[in-house]
Amino acid sequence: MTTPAPPLENLPNVADTLQITRAQRILRGLWTAPLSAKLGLLIILVYVFVALFAPWIAPFGESEIVGKKYLPWGEEYFLGTDNLGRDMLTRLVYGARNTVGIALVTTVYAFVLGGTLGIIAAVLGGWIDQLLSRMVDVLMAIPALIFAMLLLSIFGTSVLSLILIIGLLDATRIFRITRAVSLNVVVMDFVEAARLRGEKLAWITLREILPSISAPLAAEFGIRFCFVFLTISALSFLGLGIQPPTADWGSMVRDTADLITFEDYTPLIPAAAIALLTIGVNFVVDWFLHQTSGLKDEL
Amino acid sequence: MNNIATMLLQRISLGLLTLFIVSLIIFLGVSMLPGDAAQAILGQAATPDTVAALRKQLGLDLPAHLRYINWLGGILQGDFGTSIGNGREISEVIGIRFANTIFLAAFAACISIPLSLLLGILAALYRNSIYDRTVNVVTLSSISTPEFFVAYILILFVSVKAGWFPSLSNIQGETGFLERLNKTFLPAVTLTLVSVAYMMRMTRAAIINLLSQSYIEMATLKGIRNPRIIIRHALPNAWAPIVNVIVLNLAYLIVGVVVVEVVFVYPGLGQLLVDAVQRRDMPVVQACCLIFAVTYVTLNLIADILSILTNPRLLHPK
Amino acid sequence: MSSDTPTSNEILLEVSGLKIEGYSEGRWHQIVKGVDFTLRRGEILGLIGESGAGKSTIGVAAMGYAKPGCRISAGSVRFDGIELTTASEEQKRQLRGARIAYVAQSAAASFNPAHKLIDQFSETVVQHGIGSREQAYADAKALYAKIRMPEPDLIGFRYPHQVSGGQLQRAMTAMALSCRPDLIIFDEPTTALDVTTQIEVLATIKDIVRQFNTAAIYITHDLAVVAQMADRIKVLRYGESVEESETRQMLDDPQQDYTKSLWAVRSFRKTEKPPLPETVPLLHIENVTASYARSLDPVLIDIDFEIHRRETVAIVGESGSGKSTTARVITGLLSPSQGRVVFDGVELPADYRNRSRAQLQQVQMIYQMADTAINPHQRIRDIIGRPLSFYLNMEGEAKKRRLRELMEMIELDPDQYLDRYPEELSGGQKQRICIARAIAAEPKLIICDEVTSALDQLVAEGILRLLDRLQQELDLAYMFITHDLATVKAIADRVVVMLQGRIVEQGAKEEIFSPPHHEYTELLLSSVPEMDPDWMQRVIEERRSKSGMESAGN
Repeated sequence: MTTPAPPLENLPNVADTLQITRAQRILRGLWTAPLSAKLGLLIILVYVFVALFAPWIAPFGESEIVGKKYLPWGEEYFLGTDNLGRDMLTRLVYGARNTVGIALVTTVYAFVLGGTLGIIAAVLGGWIDQLLSRMVDVLMAIPALIFAMLLLSIFGTSVLSLILIIGLLDATRIFRITRAVSLNVVVMDFVEAARLRGEKLAWITLREILPSISAPLAAEFGIRFCFVFLTISALSFLGLGIQPPTADWGSMVRDTADLITFEDYTPLIPAAAIALLTIGVNFVVDWFLHQTSGLKDEL
Repeated sequence: MNNIATMLLQRISLGLLTLFIVSLIIFLGVSMLPGDAAQAILGQAATPDTVAALRKQLGLDLPAHLRYINWLGGILQGDFGTSIGNGREISEVIGIRFANTIFLAAFAACISIPLSLLLGILAALYRNSIYDRTVNVVTLSSISTPEFFVAYILILFVSVKAGWFPSLSNIQGETGFLERLNKTFLPAVTLTLVSVAYMMRMTRAAIINLLSQSYIEMATLKGIRNPRIIIRHALPNAWAPIVNVIVLNLAYLIVGVVVVEVVFVYPGLGQLLVDAVQRRDMPVVQACCLIFAVTYVTLNLIADILSILTNPRLLHPK
Repeated sequence: MSSDTPTSNEILLEVSGLKIEGYSEGRWHQIVKGVDFTLRRGEILGLIGESGAGKSTIGVAAMGYAKPGCRISAGSVRFDGIELTTASEEQKRQLRGARIAYVAQSAAASFNPAHKLIDQFSETVVQHGIGSREQAYADAKALYAKIRMPEPDLIGFRYPHQVSGGQLQRAMTAMALSCRPDLIIFDEPTTALDVTTQIEVLATIKDIVRQFNTAAIYITHDLAVVAQMADRIKVLRYGESVEESETRQMLDDPQQDYTKSLWAVRSFRKTEKPPLPETVPLLHIENVTASYARSLDPVLIDIDFEIHRRETVAIVGESGSGKSTTARVITGLLSPSQGRVVFDGVELPADYRNRSRAQLQQVQMIYQMADTAINPHQRIRDIIGRPLSFYLNMEGEAKKRRLRELMEMIELDPDQYLDRYPEELSGGQKQRICIARAIAAEPKLIICDEVTSALDQLVAEGILRLLDRLQQELDLAYMFITHDLATVKAIADRVVVMLQGRIVEQGAKEEIFSPPHHEYTELLLSSVPEMDPDWMQRVIEERRSKSGMESAGN
């Protein structure tokens, strides 16, 4: 040693003045979030509340026939009745539970399936990755809605087959994105360092890779949920999704569609309920992406 | 050029392979069903003898791989089999239905492609401006909206209340071109509204990525005028992303027609498919799915090929 | 030369009180805080500073240009009597390319991939109405010939990706000259190049700027480079001017402490000490040949060298020489097709997955980019603590104590840093964390892969000193992969020179650095810029006379 190293780089840096925890940062981010994100969050909270407390909020039973068909909006039946004489408001409230619930279960299932396989493909590489990727390529070569209709016509239109089929098809998209973001992490030197240290694959996956991909995957969850939600609604609207008598927004539009020619807004209400939730989720996801990527010009 | 030829050949053979596997899936999926077409056509009351006779006539008694070859061979010659629902030749209806669907998708594309390219380029050029932020919120909302919501809003306001355009698109073979345009206007606008947002966002991202390249800054520092920078420096490198956006959008439109066709009772392939699925008319389902899948795969293949053909690095190999 | 021209004293560019702001995290920050300088016709000013000094920002501001996300907030930039801060866009456009030209750091990214080199050359000429396309073509060919480009009549008709990096950078210099500007801004034009390519580009730039009596601003972080190029040097730090004077005076007699410390960086030499007694070498790479796939050509051919205890072996070579691949073979990430790796007399399994935990523990690695070498989602405590529990089964109090010791060894305050995330640390601090993680495993050999090349010189020197001290204390052996010969001189005991996957020469540092050299070593050594302003002229003349003699002999 000649002279001791000048501790130039030990000078206090910007980080010292900005030393705050992640939780604080997220809270601060929420406070300064744009109006659209706050609105989105509020929408989601309202939907969750309605879904959880549906039986207490709804004035009637889910598939109870309460009056004549197509009654107009009024005091007794706030949004009128549908083609069988069921209360629209009640069906709308229960729809939050059914439609959103089924979409959520499907998305979770798709994530567990696609996400796990995506990480496995990225970490293991080699022929496993090749096999999984080619299978996904083929599944994705058929447009999702068309494929879903094919499979539904084969397996029948029950809620279970709906969840399994839509989940499987959506899992292919999740597989792709999980594999892509994991691959970005797998090539990092810190993963190589862990491999060379002799760490087991499980440790590398759970401790090194998962924390790095959780933010983009969280955003992806929002996006995929919207997609699944819209697909299920579209199928229900076509009469191929959630089946009666379960209250569901897509089939509610279908059931009351004829009213539109009489300048009646009723069929627009469940459709708006679908749109509003998706918009809310997208607003939050959009803000979240900006927050985590630090990029101002992302999609 | 050899390099490019190999790449193109690779893509095309990969596309063909994909189509083969897709046809296999569509065929095998359906043959997994309990019961068969003969039983379905004749109904439960039919005697085993007549069912067996029809099975033989339809070739259903053959092993699966032979049936597949017969099926595929028939399709390649334009024979899609017989509908279980009405016993008619599928090829009689499917051609017109497909043409109608293409007409609607093309109509929508004619509006949505120029519109979204324009909006996307403007948003990229005036990025982070009020315009950009407004467009961001509006497009996010319209991406989030189900097609039938947009469709019914249009029907309510433009058709029922204002009476400007018909809400039913019941076109037929003899419908004239102008009337056809008039009747398909609302479905086309619906498709435009739901697809513009997606395409416009892709355009914006592609242009922003392009404008951040060093050679664009270099052109500015060489004292080149802005219009020339766009035309001479940005555009030659923008073809690949733009073509990609356009073709993917076409693919999206072709598939997106299903819901819109049902809402407007438009006699297209999508409507045919939905009816067939409800009636579990499997030969028709197979035929429609195959046509949709082939169109989709082909469009994606075209996007791939065009992006290879417009890449200067590949066009001028070392 | 420039002093002979009558206009030499005329002031071309005058920058005063220049302040530039950059936008980040929702507000404007000052990144250039009031800088002044003047430039006369035909004069070359060197702007030198470490990252964050604002030198590039100042460079393009001389064209009246602010990079995206930046704005010129105060001060004046007068070019030949025109005030650029208030000039209209059209006025500035007419100047850019025609009277002030720009040469960017990455020619590969700054040439448009869709157009031929010569078209990009002629575009400036035609667009500024200076000449026709045919005239520009002829001029381009003449210039290409003047800067000794191969096939000067044809090379312009190639696309950028068809030309090598060094040639591309020279073509960009030629393009900057297309309108015979009064001023050229060179923004780190050789930073991305290998050292043997760099000298050619530097010679081209210097030649051509002198020949056409063009004024230039030369921006770099490399002192030796700026010593060759500039008439005057201005030292910048954190967006402020530190000092400015004639090149020779600045080199011989810097006034400010910061400048002195920059100048002193290259004086560091490792502590010499007697070798440890040993019977077998710590590591022996025996005749290793390796390729990335069986069908591909080998990237390593017959590599054979030893590393001894408490010794630093530097592996030197340019990009593509196979030096990092050698490290991959040693760590077991790439299995050799021939040969073996023997550690402490025992052959290591070729694949790291077949090595025992104890074997893995013996060889640790430090990477070039500390940013990607440590997981941004783990606290420092967990990053350094993992090898302790993994290899040494250390937990609880013992682990806590050891963590504090390790932090003190790398000269970081344990109380302040142990519970932080990497993103809260500076680049040099992160590299120290990587060092701590490596020594936590208590290895015998550490592979250092370009560990200082992403760091500023002062910070890099701190890292080298730290590594040297740790070697003394812990009897570590280092394998030091680097392209930077200054680092080799500072830290190596022995040197292995690699070229295209082969070892061309190896031996003790003194041997390698004193003649006679192997031909390639000679080229490599003579291409490293020295702080002497006459160095480049001398080397170029020597090389030309030599090649002249050779061709005369043939």
